[in-house]
Amino acid sequence: MTISREDIEKVAVLARIRVDDEQVSALENDLGNILDLVDQLSAADTDAVEPLAHPLDAVQRLRPDEVTETNQREAFQAIAPATENGLYLVPRVIE
Amino acid sequence: MQWDIVIGLEIHVQLATQTKIFSGSSTAYGAEPNTQANAVDLAMPGTLPVPNEQAFRYAIMFGLAVNAEIERRSVFERKNYFYPDLPKGYQTTQLERPIVGPGHVDIDLANGQTKRVRIHHAHLEEDAGKSLHEDFHGMTGVDLNRAGTPLIEVVTEPDMSNAEEAVAFAKKLHSLVTSLGICDGDMSQGSMRFDVNISLKPKGSDTLGTRTETKNLNSFRFMEQAIAHEVERQMDILEDGGVIVQETRLYNGDRDESRSMRTKEEANDYRYFPCPDLLPVEIDDAFIEHARSRLPELPDARKARFKEQYSLNDYDAGLLSGDAKLSAFFEEAVSHGKDAKLTANWIQGEFSARLNAEEKTVAESPITGAQLGDLIVRIADNTVSSSGAKKVFETLWNGESDNVDAIIDAQGLKQVSDTGELEKMVDEVLAGMPDQVAQYQGEDDPKKRKKMLGGFMGPLMKASKGQGNPKLFNEILVKKLGG
Amino acid sequence: MHNKSVAELSRDLESGKVSSVELAQQFLDRIKQQDDQFNSFISVTEDQALADAKAADEQRAAGNATPWTGIPFAHKDIFCTSGVRTTCGSRMLENFVPPYNATVTENFRKAGAVCLGKTNMDEFAMGSSNESSHFGPVTNPWGLSNGEKRVPGGSSGGSAAAVAARLVPAATATDTGGSIRQPAALCGITGLKPTYGRVSRYGMIAFASSLDQGGTMARTAEDNALMLNVMAGFDPKDSTSVDRAVPDYTATLNEPLKGLRIGLPKEYFSDQLSPAMEEQVRAAVKEYEKLGATVKEVSLPNAKLAIAAYYVIAPAEASANLSRFDGVRYGYRCEDPKDLMDLYTRTRAEGFGTEVKRRILVGTYALSAGYFDAYYLKAQKVRRLIQQDFINAFKEVDVLMSPTTPSPAFAQGEKTSDPVTMYLEDIFTIAVNLAGVPAMSVPAGFVDGLPVGLQIIANYFDEARLLNAAHQFQQVTDWHQREPQ
Repeated sequence: MTISREDIEKVAVLARIRVDDEQVSALENDLGNILDLVDQLSAADTDAVEPLAHPLDAVQRLRPDEVTETNQREAFQAIAPATENGLYLVPRVIE
Repeated sequence: MQWDIVIGLEIHVQLATQTKIFSGSSTAYGAEPNTQANAVDLAMPGTLPVPNEQAFRYAIMFGLAVNAEIERRSVFERKNYFYPDLPKGYQTTQLERPIVGPGHVDIDLANGQTKRVRIHHAHLEEDAGKSLHEDFHGMTGVDLNRAGTPLIEVVTEPDMSNAEEAVAFAKKLHSLVTSLGICDGDMSQGSMRFDVNISLKPKGSDTLGTRTETKNLNSFRFMEQAIAHEVERQMDILEDGGVIVQETRLYNGDRDESRSMRTKEEANDYRYFPCPDLLPVEIDDAFIEHARSRLPELPDARKARFKEQYSLNDYDAGLLSGDAKLSAFFEEAVSHGKDAKLTANWIQGEFSARLNAEEKTVAESPITGAQLGDLIVRIADNTVSSSGAKKVFETLWNGESDNVDAIIDAQGLKQVSDTGELEKMVDEVLAGMPDQVAQYQGEDDPKKRKKMLGGFMGPLMKASKGQGNPKLFNEILVKKLGG
Repeated sequence: MHNKSVAELSRDLESGKVSSVELAQQFLDRIKQQDDQFNSFISVTEDQALADAKAADEQRAAGNATPWTGIPFAHKDIFCTSGVRTTCGSRMLENFVPPYNATVTENFRKAGAVCLGKTNMDEFAMGSSNESSHFGPVTNPWGLSNGEKRVPGGSSGGSAAAVAARLVPAATATDTGGSIRQPAALCGITGLKPTYGRVSRYGMIAFASSLDQGGTMARTAEDNALMLNVMAGFDPKDSTSVDRAVPDYTATLNEPLKGLRIGLPKEYFSDQLSPAMEEQVRAAVKEYEKLGATVKEVSLPNAKLAIAAYYVIAPAEASANLSRFDGVRYGYRCEDPKDLMDLYTRTRAEGFGTEVKRRILVGTYALSAGYFDAYYLKAQKVRRLIQQDFINAFKEVDVLMSPTTPSPAFAQGEKTSDPVTMYLEDIFTIAVNLAGVPAMSVPAGFVDGLPVGLQIIANYFDEARLLNAAHQFQQVTDWHQREPQ
């Protein structure tokens, strides 16, 4: 399985990772090799097989609707890159 | 060319839980920014979600109320996209296995007919935070208090064919979720938000046209305007031979404009997959029955009861039964005021007008149902005139006093209903207006006579310092003037 | 002192032979003197450790000691430690100091253990050689005497090297595709990956949520049992945590192995395995036969598909798990972003290393429109086939045994140029994670002076049997006692 430069560029945008031309070339090779490895899957006969998302056949536990958290804004914003008036700051978002 | 309009709705309903869908943070509205955003809500590394039982109970109550199938096994999935108000970089939602399956809601139309709108499904998901675009040196501020608030997204079939039906459905849904107590219904705070899917097709055609989605409408009025606007926009394009582009649009209600939200990037590829931090949720019979046992009276049943119990007409019963808080207010008032029709009139008149003028909800009303009921009693037993009653209402509303009788006494609003006293006043006034009396008695047309009668009321009310019972004055006048 | 096990140190503390403060100071001195050659620690928390040791001594004096009170150990730098930098081996979290503890961290604190620092690891636990760490590679203590710089394995390479070099008697670790067992094998120590759901993942920075599991590293099976006693248990903060009673894992260590049914999966004794490695593993199995176990060949017919399935599922989950590192709320943020897109793409390009980016891109691709069914869904179906293989095998036998790795520790730089060659390092360990069963690696000999690991796999929640089998083996062998020079 080969993966094209265009595919890599598209996926890099989806994943929000900047890649330069040189990196795209390296990725073309590396991702191609990884996908070759992964392509072994196509050999498996899985017609009647249900997908397995989780190793344990367990069901979700639900939590009672009780407030357990208190305001810790100061502690959390002490490790934030940019805040002002209690808000996290990002470059202007245009909707 | 004639066109058929095809409308489907997606409605985000914020659930009135105490805590978020995946964390124990409070969901209370109006807190200081980010004071209700904790480790899980902020997507701190290593933190994990644990779902809120109440969110499931509420979703199931909704499902039962819209006659839907409850899915016994629902699965959370991750919807991947980057946005500053989405801390994890994915929204945890349901796609393949939503908690609420197909159902339906019946809506009443102005022509007296009932129409059935099918619900495709409703799923549970988490809300995002809020981006604030005020000026922070050209930056955007992000408040994540709302991030993780539980929502159900209700998706209808494209069963509505005009704005009236869409708005009627939206109002019905609002009435349902507020009656169920699963949503506070406060649209100004974003508790319910509507996305409208609209397409046009040649009249009678079986083939659906390309649709657009107009997002985040947060009032019934904007929704109505946005539909009218979008229908017109599409019609103009189609009639000029153009094609509709499938896209998401943003409607600006203040300017009655809309624009495409498409960015320069490619169409989103959300890469849904089952969330590996969460297991399938299995709902058993006992859980469903418990939710069913908590279902309150729903608007349709309440409307029927109001007609029966209070002898209200269809219109009054419909208006008063739709909103759970308004219904409760009405019933509290009636339990004090007895006269249901008069109570209904006051609620739809003075009370609603004041709420609207001050953009308040029923819950925020400064006067209680009991107080209005007390006032109704005094109107019905002629203690106050209707103009006096308005003054009492005003005083209650402004919070200057909370006791109807005390207000009547303090402001001297008690009507004089002593017939002897009133007769004396009539005699005095008539004696001072001989020309008018003669004119009246010389008139044969009963309509004109009735009108002329009004000419005596002003001086009479003045003479009684506004406290004379107008009804009694009227009776005495007619008698004294000889019919 | 540094050669003593946790069990032995616990007894010394109990008898008053040594204090917690003395013990902490001795191991801290050893780290200071020796870790330059291994680079097994990212952070050493001397002040905190000495304060904790003092508190531990006070607890003991007050009569409130547990077997862990005052025992020095280290956390893999993937477990969040409140007030202590937690990097996950990444530039992205180079200065990240969480204001909260992982549940595992909390459990060791409550038990009174003294954490000396945070160990090095492959970035976001993605790697099999500890060469993808932003904080530099870790060097395996074995082979150094010959002037060779060999990898310790990964991703828990720092924990494995620190335990092997006697810098700490025990360390926590995590295992997504072999990240406990492979480095344990390459460093000649004992490591256990518990059943998925046995140890809470809360506060353990996620790589692939349905595969990640916290576990133990020490020199002896007994110490692994002591660790698991502290780590295992239900956690209401982790939806995938299992609410099931935790036995005392030390209680069954001395059960005789007579009648233990061992299965040897024929797929794990294939031509990928060097004859010298195979010889060591077969010799170890012979020891078990001497202890009364029976041995038969079994088959895991879909095991050969495990690597392929893993390299879809793990990157897919990781691609979403690592989206939270966006430069907005914590962690690395690029300089002067010109707009939002620039903030995201540069923060993530600069904050993540090559292997992490590679896996995010593979995972994004596998989940993207048009590929989801062929990759992700197909991999999940194969995952069920692999799980079924184990279920079937455990109908016939009590444990499975195999080599942990196809070869001993390789030289640094040997496999960094080709990711696929590196991925094949985990060929014998990955299926276990896909199935979610528990497994150990136990020292079982040497090839060319380098340690060889025996992998033992058990049925779901049968950690006690694994530890029992490993402990009995260690009563009749001394591979686990060998010390690198």
